[in-house]
Amino acid sequence: MELNGGSVVAMVGKNCVAIASDLRLGNQALTIATNFEKTFPITDRIIIGLPGLATDVITLKERFRYRVNMYTIKEGREIEPETFAHLVSSTLYERRFGPFFVEPVIAGLTKPSEGSVPFIAGTDLIGCLTLPKDFVVSGTASDKLFGMAESLWEPDLGPEELFETISQTLMNAVDRDAFSGWGAVVHVITPDKVITRTLKGRMD
Amino acid sequence: MECSFALVGKGYVLVAADTTAARSIVKMKSDEDKTKVLSPHLVMTYSGEPGDTVQFAEYIERNIRLQHMRNNHELRPQSSAAWIRRTLADSLRSRHPYSVNLLLGGYDEATSTPHLYWIDYLGTIASVPYAAHGYGSYFALSTLDRYHNPAASLEEGLRTLRRCIDEVANRMAIGVGKFKVRVVDKDGAREVELPPSVSVA
Repeated sequence: MELNGGSVVAMVGKNCVAIASDLRLGNQALTIATNFEKTFPITDRIIIGLPGLATDVITLKERFRYRVNMYTIKEGREIEPETFAHLVSSTLYERRFGPFFVEPVIAGLTKPSEGSVPFIAGTDLIGCLTLPKDFVVSGTASDKLFGMAESLWEPDLGPEELFETISQTLMNAVDRDAFSGWGAVVHVITPDKVITRTLKGRMD
Repeated sequence: MECSFALVGKGYVLVAADTTAARSIVKMKSDEDKTKVLSPHLVMTYSGEPGDTVQFAEYIERNIRLQHMRNNHELRPQSSAAWIRRTLADSLRSRHPYSVNLLLGGYDEATSTPHLYWIDYLGTIASVPYAAHGYGSYFALSTLDRYHNPAASLEEGLRTLRRCIDEVANRMAIGVGKFKVRVVDKDGAREVELPPSVSVA
């Protein structure tokens, strides 16, 4: 985790969810790139965040794309967030004794016919799921993210308030972490659209 | 001390690699070419574990060539990079992984844009405006942070590259020797000469 650095956070709002990641890719203390997004769209209503070893981040992004495509073809419908979380869990547990070094965060909304209920989940590197009601943090700044999220998050935030909350949480957490930062990307998933914004951050 | 640099300019990518082949503290050769022209618009530099490097580079070179012959069309830089990365990532979790770091520079004829990829032996890939591998990266990246210009002409790009090489030569405890420089643009890949170094006060 400390080899490449990087952090991700997801939060629940009122009929919306947000997920955000920093943009740094490093080799220990040396920054290699400042455009490395760790969030990847799975469907129009699900986004996964994959902080950790960068090679596994890319490998898993590709593997999830393959598995979700296979699911969509076999089932003839889009995957639901909860199902996808279990797919992530089993994909990681397949490598129980030689794991992928990532700690995924999943954010999504259930289908509109089921009320667009917010869903967030996190797993450890071998796929142990956690399903909190408020927020999930992950990556090298996870301890700082816990502190920020714990003090800023409140229930029933609308899309714009949630955007502000998650942005402030991430920015202030990564500024105290040497392995994360260099800007961030924030996605807010609402029933009718995904709002994506790129943030500038401290460059030190 | 092995090191390689690369940078993107206006419509071109420059890649450079040192030319010393050393074993421990002994310099065995000073004209080793650690770059490869993979296809008309794709070049790469390679460094890492001796033995692995040439073996892997030739494997990549022949497969990219095969792709070109089979489809009568060269593989685009993005696709080549993705395939090379996958090869390294699969190798990482095999019984004997390749220990090779690459800088991949290409010119995409379809969109008329230059591309540069930083790839390491783990299969990490980053699309970047400038990159370096080896101890040289600790010196050259700061120089590139200051002087790199994505809209620079080839002459200006070569001067920036010269600054990097001079900086490394100045600051590194062990000398790095000569560099082999290649450029790839709309006219394809070719070798270029570095401008003479300008003395810094």
